[in-house]
Amino acid sequence: MPSQRDDSIAHDTVAPVHIAVDRAHASQPAGPIKIRARDVNVFYGDKQALFDVSLDVPENSVTALIGPSGCGKSTFLRSINRMNDTIPGCKVTGRIELDGEDVNDRSIDPVVLRARVGMVFQKPNPFPKTIFENVAYGPRIHGIATGKAELEEIVERSLKRAGLWAEVADRLHQPGTGLSGGQQQRLVIARAIAVSPEVILMDEPCSALDPIATARIEELIDELRNQYCIVIVTHSMAQAARVSQKTAFFHLGKLVEAGPTGEIFTNPRDSRTQDYITGRFG
Amino acid sequence: MTDAAIPTAASLRQTVEARLKKRHAQEMRFRLYGRMAIIVALCFLALLLGRIVTQGYSTFVDYRIAVPVYLDPARIDKADPTGANYDMLVAQSILTKLGEQDDDLGEKSGKVMEIMSNDLGFQLLKMVREDPSLIGKTITVTGPVKSDAALYFKGQIKRSTPQDSRKLDDQQLDWMDKLKASGAVTSGFNVSFLTNSDSTEPEQAGVLGAIVGSAMMLLVTAVLAVPIGVLAATYLEEFAPKNRWTDIIEVNINNLAAVPSIVYGLLGLAVFINWLAVPRSSPLLGGLVLALMALPTIIIATRSALKAVPPSIREAALGVGASRTQTVFHHVLPLAMPGVMTGAILSLAHALGETAPLLMIGMISFVPGVPEGFTGAATVLPVQVFIWENASERGFHERTAAAIIVLLVFMIIMNLAAILVRRRFERRW
Repeated sequence: MPSQRDDSIAHDTVAPVHIAVDRAHASQPAGPIKIRARDVNVFYGDKQALFDVSLDVPENSVTALIGPSGCGKSTFLRSINRMNDTIPGCKVTGRIELDGEDVNDRSIDPVVLRARVGMVFQKPNPFPKTIFENVAYGPRIHGIATGKAELEEIVERSLKRAGLWAEVADRLHQPGTGLSGGQQQRLVIARAIAVSPEVILMDEPCSALDPIATARIEELIDELRNQYCIVIVTHSMAQAARVSQKTAFFHLGKLVEAGPTGEIFTNPRDSRTQDYITGRFG
Repeated sequence: MTDAAIPTAASLRQTVEARLKKRHAQEMRFRLYGRMAIIVALCFLALLLGRIVTQGYSTFVDYRIAVPVYLDPARIDKADPTGANYDMLVAQSILTKLGEQDDDLGEKSGKVMEIMSNDLGFQLLKMVREDPSLIGKTITVTGPVKSDAALYFKGQIKRSTPQDSRKLDDQQLDWMDKLKASGAVTSGFNVSFLTNSDSTEPEQAGVLGAIVGSAMMLLVTAVLAVPIGVLAATYLEEFAPKNRWTDIIEVNINNLAAVPSIVYGLLGLAVFINWLAVPRSSPLLGGLVLALMALPTIIIATRSALKAVPPSIREAALGVGASRTQTVFHHVLPLAMPGVMTGAILSLAHALGETAPLLMIGMISFVPGVPEGFTGAATVLPVQVFIWENASERGFHERTAAAIIVLLVFMIIMNLAAILVRRRFERRW
């Protein structure tokens, strides 16, 4: 968990800066709001990792979360589908709404939530099973497919959408772990797509990949944008600029600035954002 | 630091090179120690195995005597064939074969009985009881020679020993030489050691009862300890909250793994025999006690196997919306299976060789047959070794070593199975 690392050391030294939330919203990209986060605080035991983060994520677009290591961007991402629930001692306060419903509400089952909000991780993590089984697993446990034929159809459709079908169509029953890193990551994306999520969270999906595989994934992200709401955490400013429509800059557990990607990169309001994107720190 | 203290590149190099020799010497020394340790360990292993094999291998050769016996109707009552003295019949037939005449006191036939097993008489009795029409005919019976006689054939009782300090006198030795020369006594692989159970006569004693007893006991242990242990470990590792209580439980499980096995015997005695009235000396009882003993080891092995499954797999499963139970049973546990199975097999192998707790629960008894079910009296291999080692007859001593060989063979098979299971399933990564 990268976000846990150096937050506490830094808090004492840096004075809290309050960013007017509205300012971030002022120049929002078009499209209805899919995820609305308000005053989200996350604690790992006694350590606070996120401070009053409020952010709107629009539908059918890519929102990039950038910031130096340990700034809380992954923590925020994992709060959206409640992956933080699995970490002992982790506490989330504030509201995160998905289509107006609080994801932390007691009536929301994390299992259903995670089917609606899929996730792709930093390191490709296919199950050590066949390619087919990897993609079919989600639909199977959620009972989405009614028969074998339908399941096969879902697998094919998901792999096609993830741009992997052409490469694996003739070896669906070989282990998914035998694919290359980039292919594995696309397989994982296919696995996430297979349960028809509304949102796809991506936690540095290209950090373990070479530039060619990265380009392939970025292309894919751009294609998927039409159907899904995508939130991507990335360390690469260039990647954020290439794939996202909206960018949020996190620093020391706080959301410093959020806005249309073009504005953030060409005309940031905050000096820290400016310093970060020009490579002066981070 | 002042400028003077900063070494020049050349002097730095010199210092490093001067130390380099020392460093290499250190490494060489360490390697030498390592090799010596391994050689010493191998020597002890060779000594141990060598001693057991040289002592025990002779058990696997036995000497059998074949003798035609005339079932004299005058001496066998047709109405009550069990009343006749079959040993005497056999002994006298052997004497006839040797060209000797029994004396009135039956001294010579008595001496013959000291070199032939009473198994021959039993065989005759059995045959006649099953088919009384045999009376009046001559039939050939084949059976082992007495264990002392076998020891003479194997060269462990020597003619050079003074007559009064060995069990067989010169005349008996002469007879045996003669029988062997005539082909009445033949040697071969000792099948009966593997097909007979314990007996008071060393030449008839075998390990079948102990093998079956061990297998039944181990089955009880496996059926109880493996599922309970694996599920307990899975709960503790994947579901239980991490708090003071689970810490206490974890410490206690680790402590239980270190409790001397005889304590488990005492526990079994108090709980299973005195309280639950499980039949003593039964495979069920032994299995219960050994299951208690194997549980902590299996739990520890399973937990470490579960810990070794990368968290990314859990995240992957949770990420597509699997519940915690589905995550564990569809992904984590199957991936941990090689480790779990290895741990389970090794702890069962350990249970197979356990003796002390079984002595506490009364498994040390003479059981001359294969156990009749899980609640019948049984003995197991390590206890059989213990019983034979304490026997006074010389013939049991080589059988002790042979039983150890059988036990070791089973151990090796189980350890090999553990290695194979590990190899077989590790491929999946």
